[in-house]
Amino acid sequence: MGRALGVLIWLLTLGSVLLFASGKWWFPATISEHGPEIDRQFMRTIIVVGISFVAAQVALGWAVWKYRATPGDTTRAVYSHGNNRLEIIWTVVTAIVFISLAVIGQRVWAQLHFVGAPPGSFQVEVVAQQFQWNFHYAGVDGQFGRTDPSLIGSSNLVGLDPSDPKSRDDAVLATLVLPVNRPVELTLRSIDVTHSFWVPPLRFKQDLVPGMAIHVHFTPTKTGQYELACAELCGQFHYRMRGYVIILPEDEHRALMALPPDQFQSRVGQLRQQIPISY
Amino acid sequence: MAAHEISGEVHRHEAPKSFIRKYIFSLDHKVIGIQYMLLAMTSVLVGLIMSVLMRMNLSWPGTKWPILGTLFPTGAPDGVMSPEFYLSLVTMHGTMMVFFVLTTAPQGGFGNYFLPIQIGADDMAFPFLNMMSFWVTLVGFVVLILAIFVEGNQVVGGWFSGLGDWMQGGSGTVGPIGGWTAYPPLSALGKIAGPGQGAGMSLWIISIAIFCVGSLLGALNFITTLLNMRTRGMSLMRMPLTCWAWFTTAVLALLAFPVLLAGGILLFLDRTAGTSFFIPGGEVLTDTLITTHQGGSPILWQHLFWFFGHPEVYIAILPGMGATSHILSTFARKPIFGYRAMVFAMFGIGLLGFFVWGHHMFISGMSPYSAMAFSILTLSIGVPSAIKTFNWLGTLWGAKIRFTVPMLFAIGFVSLFVAGGITGLVLGQTSLDLPMHDTYFVLAHFHLVMGVAAIFGMFAAMSFWFPKMFGRMMNETIGKIHFWITFIGVYSIFVPMHIMGIIGMPRRYAQFAENGQSIYHFIDPADPLVKFVTVAAIVTAVAQVLFYFNFFWSIFKGKKAGENPWEATTLEWTTASPPPHDNFAGVVPTVYRGPYEFAVPGAPNDFIMQTETDAELASHSKGTSGNGHDGHGH
Repeated sequence: MGRALGVLIWLLTLGSVLLFASGKWWFPATISEHGPEIDRQFMRTIIVVGISFVAAQVALGWAVWKYRATPGDTTRAVYSHGNNRLEIIWTVVTAIVFISLAVIGQRVWAQLHFVGAPPGSFQVEVVAQQFQWNFHYAGVDGQFGRTDPSLIGSSNLVGLDPSDPKSRDDAVLATLVLPVNRPVELTLRSIDVTHSFWVPPLRFKQDLVPGMAIHVHFTPTKTGQYELACAELCGQFHYRMRGYVIILPEDEHRALMALPPDQFQSRVGQLRQQIPISY
Repeated sequence: MAAHEISGEVHRHEAPKSFIRKYIFSLDHKVIGIQYMLLAMTSVLVGLIMSVLMRMNLSWPGTKWPILGTLFPTGAPDGVMSPEFYLSLVTMHGTMMVFFVLTTAPQGGFGNYFLPIQIGADDMAFPFLNMMSFWVTLVGFVVLILAIFVEGNQVVGGWFSGLGDWMQGGSGTVGPIGGWTAYPPLSALGKIAGPGQGAGMSLWIISIAIFCVGSLLGALNFITTLLNMRTRGMSLMRMPLTCWAWFTTAVLALLAFPVLLAGGILLFLDRTAGTSFFIPGGEVLTDTLITTHQGGSPILWQHLFWFFGHPEVYIAILPGMGATSHILSTFARKPIFGYRAMVFAMFGIGLLGFFVWGHHMFISGMSPYSAMAFSILTLSIGVPSAIKTFNWLGTLWGAKIRFTVPMLFAIGFVSLFVAGGITGLVLGQTSLDLPMHDTYFVLAHFHLVMGVAAIFGMFAAMSFWFPKMFGRMMNETIGKIHFWITFIGVYSIFVPMHIMGIIGMPRRYAQFAENGQSIYHFIDPADPLVKFVTVAAIVTAVAQVLFYFNFFWSIFKGKKAGENPWEATTLEWTTASPPPHDNFAGVVPTVYRGPYEFAVPGAPNDFIMQTETDAELASHSKGTSGNGHDGHGH
């Protein structure tokens, strides 16, 4: 029994490690400036996790293999109440490793969240509602028109105030179109319940909370079309709350933004069809 | 017998005669413990069936289940699960498992039964309070079941709708939609927010509030009993580690549940009384501007919920740690390695557990500076957890292991606790939460550590104490088959879920494909894993029949057990199986030594009971050779 259990623990450990190391399943390739650092930190952590996991399981398997009681053996177990020195060494070592990981992991967090978006970032207002993403672009004037929740309706998804001159060239689309290699600042809002903005290759996720305008920034580094998912339970059709992010070369993006709202919209519709979805 | 001299002075309460006072409204902590266990065994069955239904829908969306179509014609028309039906399964599965299984069985069940006996008391400090805490909890359970039917069934929904708008149900789901966390505003706005937000959600909140009250009463009782009712010689540092675990858990429950209770009341008021604790102004749903609410904060709920919710994780796992320590030492035939370190580690986990709740909220919109502090505190909590693992391994080192069923499950606990706990190093980091938050990686992590490991702790505890509770042994062969299938099964279910999370699969999605088309291409690579996990889940779920069969069969047909079938050392093994109404038949046990005196050199047996005096030991070693049973002097 002891030997079988020891071997089983080792096999389950081996299976788990192989599944992680197979290379068949992993993150989608990253497309943001901070993505590679997140991936490196993940690798560092998963190596610590893997070593600790394997060491503990191998030791456990070894103990149940080796220290089983055998019939006829009348000798007793080792009489020991522990070893304070080992205990202290172990505690100090784990504390150093674990807390170092936490501290190193803050770097990329700080870079994203402790400083604001750099000046000249491309800005989009994101307004989520149940099962739909709305992206509000400032238009040629680069200024967002005033919005008011009381104006929101099926034909005015973010509640743009038509009496505000700045709102005339604004566009509201279901697709997020961003320039490559230029910082992007998103202002995240929700009009109903909490949603979460999740684009796996961007390595970025942020909740959109009703009553709050949350400012976030990142820099995409690769062109293409990507899927956007909602990652916070928002009701019945949560799983269908899909959107798309199109990342364009900067000149192409600038030309697109110079179009009047209706042409902008139809051009994005074409791009949605033309650019294959990367994943 | 020095230990028995004062038996005449002991206050003895008579065993009740009537069936109702003996088995239903019982004041006896042992009966109440078993009542809690039966409640948990009922809830876990419901939760398990729900999880299998969810897996089926994820792997094969659109499958027809005629029985569901009959029971819930609106939620599962023609037996095909609707997305709202799936999400209500998510909610009820989580609520059942976290509250009515993981909080009731380890503490209310085993703690209630064995804490008084292990410290040598004749009952809990407040037997009436003890009875109340069970019955209050049971009312909470009934209300939760009601939430299923008031949402799921038009007729039942109709009965309640007269109470007002907030009790309009009948959406066709099997309960509310909100997950076990019920984040507002989704949970606060009522029917306008969609199906599953009507009467079922109101009843869900009421059920949880009632549960909080029941747990509070229980926690007070545990703390008082442990501090005041220890028998002579039972100093704190002579208590079994199980008692330390139940004590720490009770302290956590006492501090955590009031916060959830308060949060629940505020949420209920938002739904029914027009308050705005969690609802901000300017909300627009189905093109309607909500003008009756303003100024609330959705994030406030998350703080209140997780201030409770994180300690709750430890409420679920600490008793399992206690049982595992106790059982490992017993069947290793060796003292526990580092008893003091185990006690301090348990308290360390309990204390730190109150300062890490923010790691559930890194991306919630909370201050990123708080997130950093929470992250570092979170990884610190890995240290006491690592101490415990180290000491469990230390206990096995140089042991003479007896592979009984409880020992198998205790070893399984250690393996699963490591496998599930270690990924906390990933999820506790702010930056890594960006890709990992709300993915299957999180599901894998907490199911392994607080779900499956805690359940293994309970399987270990059940098979270990079954002979004491029912006077008969559980069947060893069935128990072993159950262990092997379950152990392989849970690894097969939850390890692949980590990979799904790395791929990016979000939690709480009713389905990943519709009409044969995948909805998200980035999730496509996970498809074979999704199906594999479903098959593993079905096999593992079916294997649990073995446990239920073994439990009920052994109550009537199991091999008769003596006082101390495992040759264990603590007080529960010095009395009859099952123990008499006052636990020690009028005798007050006196304790002379620590709880894990195995393999003591020179002692007559390889175990020394806590009640054995040095004089008794000396007289034994003259006369007997050493491997005898019942080496204690009763």
